[in-house]
Amino acid sequence: MADQGGRVGISTEALPKPLRPDHGSGRRRLSFAWVATLPFFAYTIAFLFLPAGAVLLGAFQDKHDNATLANVRLLFHNPYLDAYKTSIEVSLVTALLGGILGFMVAYAAIREGTPRVVRSMLTTFSGVAANFGGIPLAFAWIATLGPLGIVTVWLRNAGYNLTQHGFQLFSKTGVEIAYMYFQLPLMILVIAPAIDGLKREWREAAANLGAKQWQFWRYVGIPVLMPSLLGAIILLFGNAFAAYATAYGLDQGLNLVPIQIGDYYTGNVLDNPHLAQALAFGMFVVLAVMMLLYVPLQRRAARWAK
Amino acid sequence: MSLRALRRMAPSAYIWLALAAVYFVVPLFATFEFSLKENKAGAPCCTLHNYGWVLHNGDFWHTIKISFLLAIETIVISLALFVPTIYWVHLKLPRLRPVIAFFALVPFVVPPIVMVVGLLRTFRGTPNWFYGTPWGFLAAAYVILAFPYMYFSLDAGFRSIDVHTLTEASQSLGAKWTTTLFKVILPNIRTAALAASFLTLAIVMGEFTIANLAAFHTFPIFLQYVNESQGFPAGALTLLSFLITWAAMLSLLLVGRKRGGRGAVITGAR
Repeated sequence: MADQGGRVGISTEALPKPLRPDHGSGRRRLSFAWVATLPFFAYTIAFLFLPAGAVLLGAFQDKHDNATLANVRLLFHNPYLDAYKTSIEVSLVTALLGGILGFMVAYAAIREGTPRVVRSMLTTFSGVAANFGGIPLAFAWIATLGPLGIVTVWLRNAGYNLTQHGFQLFSKTGVEIAYMYFQLPLMILVIAPAIDGLKREWREAAANLGAKQWQFWRYVGIPVLMPSLLGAIILLFGNAFAAYATAYGLDQGLNLVPIQIGDYYTGNVLDNPHLAQALAFGMFVVLAVMMLLYVPLQRRAARWAK
Repeated sequence: MSLRALRRMAPSAYIWLALAAVYFVVPLFATFEFSLKENKAGAPCCTLHNYGWVLHNGDFWHTIKISFLLAIETIVISLALFVPTIYWVHLKLPRLRPVIAFFALVPFVVPPIVMVVGLLRTFRGTPNWFYGTPWGFLAAAYVILAFPYMYFSLDAGFRSIDVHTLTEASQSLGAKWTTTLFKVILPNIRTAALAASFLTLAIVMGEFTIANLAAFHTFPIFLQYVNESQGFPAGALTLLSFLITWAAMLSLLLVGRKRGGRGAVITGAR
């Protein structure tokens, strides 16, 4: 269970106990020991690093494999510039909304007074729902808010026509609503350990000093949680930015970067595969920038966790 | 959960949890309702017709078999790659552990859509038994997708056992390396291996991006095809797809619970 381990995500720390010294292995044995890990490294290089390198290289090559900046320069023109804008906007909106609302829900489930069973139900469900996505998720939303969806029909019978009020599921808004279905659970999973870190004594100390509820949050709660919140929101950003199948299932015409890339392979526009590689390279750059922001924030968050 | 416990809850907590419940449950219910509808005007409310359509559809059985076999192949390759490597690293090369962890983490920051672009470029022109079949190209890609989950699950499993003592005991009784690995180590990390396998199963059964761009007909591709062409049977298929994911994830949670305190896990089938 996520709430017991609190080991969400990634840990690369050293072993907790010192390793037993390995008496048998001298220098020569060690060089032999290396050989046993070769299959793993060979596989990683062949199917991970070579393809990643091919994307980076291909982005800067023309049709005859000569070096060029033309593909990358094209990214700054439409429709590609627009695709990046839309992708970043959708990712930002769902990351911020998912982050704030996910925090509210997680806090409601963890705070004192809420029975513990609610929390374990929520984390179990979130563990499953964070893995939802793709075509099934798209269909679930078509059945809910599509032209014949149950909520659409129900509202129409109640006298409210969603379409006339400007709502379209097969649009940017629709994709954002659908993305929240995996963004919220991810936020709940990631932020729950941080909420546990808010010590009860702080709240009591603040109350004893005469702080009101909002003052506790303004001066203690939010500052302590801020690095974790920001880190989690960046994680959510990357999560939405990389998503392809859900958007594809809802609106294949929406101008997102992954959909642009996909069109190059599924459509008949393979005149310049290097452009698709440049688009992929651009995604990589955006994600790398986000990761660079994530590392120092995570470090700051760890300061309070002791 | 007694009534008294519920009464102690803060009112705002009620509201947030209720809103979340509505948001999460309504699409599931809507899918279920759609799967019971029929494509005729004025048809009676509920029919199992769509489920019959699915069960009698040859493409359904064909694609789900491909996806399932792909999942098995991915699990076998991943375990064969990771179990000996992590075992060896824990036993002999502890300094290599961060390197392996880093390598296993890289797929987290490379979106599948970027990965498939690179794979298609790198392996274009390779023999057809690899490039042209799901058993070659797709399986190779899915093993990479499974990397982080395989590694962290198995590494945690290996950390919780005493690799050195088990190996020494086994060897002092005259066991060969292979015997030690299969008869001593593997049974001791069984739960970790099972958890990683369920996770991989969930990923492969739902993976759409790579299969779509590389033009292989797996189960999610079939689902998208039905989704585009006929509405109500897609409801039945979607529900089935949900059930597969849920079964895999819940098995994982149950396996993890026995071992006590496993971290939450996040896959990437979106």
